[in-house]
Amino acid sequence: MLHRPAPQFVGRNLNGKAVSLRAYRGKVVLLNFWATWCAPCQQELPRFAAWQRRYGADGLQVIAVSMDDSVGPVRALVRKLDLDFPVTMGDATLGQRYGRVLGLPVTFLIARDGTVADRFEGEGHSAEMEKRAKQLLAGR
Amino acid sequence: MLQGGAKPVVLQVGSHLMFSQAHVRGAQYAGPGSQESGLQLLESKVAGLNKGALIVIYCGCCPWNRCPNVGPAFHRLVELGFTNVRVMYIPNNFGDDWVNRGYSVETGR
Repeated sequence: MLHRPAPQFVGRNLNGKAVSLRAYRGKVVLLNFWATWCAPCQQELPRFAAWQRRYGADGLQVIAVSMDDSVGPVRALVRKLDLDFPVTMGDATLGQRYGRVLGLPVTFLIARDGTVADRFEGEGHSAEMEKRAKQLLAGR
Repeated sequence: MLQGGAKPVVLQVGSHLMFSQAHVRGAQYAGPGSQESGLQLLESKVAGLNKGALIVIYCGCCPWNRCPNVGPAFHRLVELGFTNVRVMYIPNNFGDDWVNRGYSVETGR
């Protein structure tokens, strides 16, 4: 999957608006798979929100895909964390297309040309993730 | 455990989305253990079993020490009187510790 085109998808955010990965071509996309029952995920999301504010003008776009089985808990947590990036509901097909999401959190960095630059699995990668995001934003 | 001939009832007590992507061959979905609705599903899956039946539960949603599902599921089974419950230790996640090691899986359901 690394260095290959990121699988395209169109999801719906919690307001029903379409979220298409293709629309973010030209940006560096941080695509995060998470769930409300995943404690490390809950710790990461506010950090991603901070990165969105800090690096958004440089071209970073965070998209969070919830792997929860239902949307209710997702709405509540997004409201509580006051996340200001698109959050969509994932499914098994999307998980499969991204190499099977069989543990959380999983985060992909997708370069401006739409290729998968990095995959981070589990917790404890935030420093490396931020460093790589900044490199990708700078075109490295 | 398996060499003794007793075939365990294997139950995944985590996320159904993850179960449908890949699960231990022959496992049934019985979760999520972190929610009462999931624990009730677990109860329904074991309702007809002998209290001494060999039951193996697992999750693999996230690192072992962060899993919100296996603990409540295990305790519920013990409360129900089951005496032969085992928890499959998955240190990182189901992908790393089962699928990527080439162990048998199936998808769907």
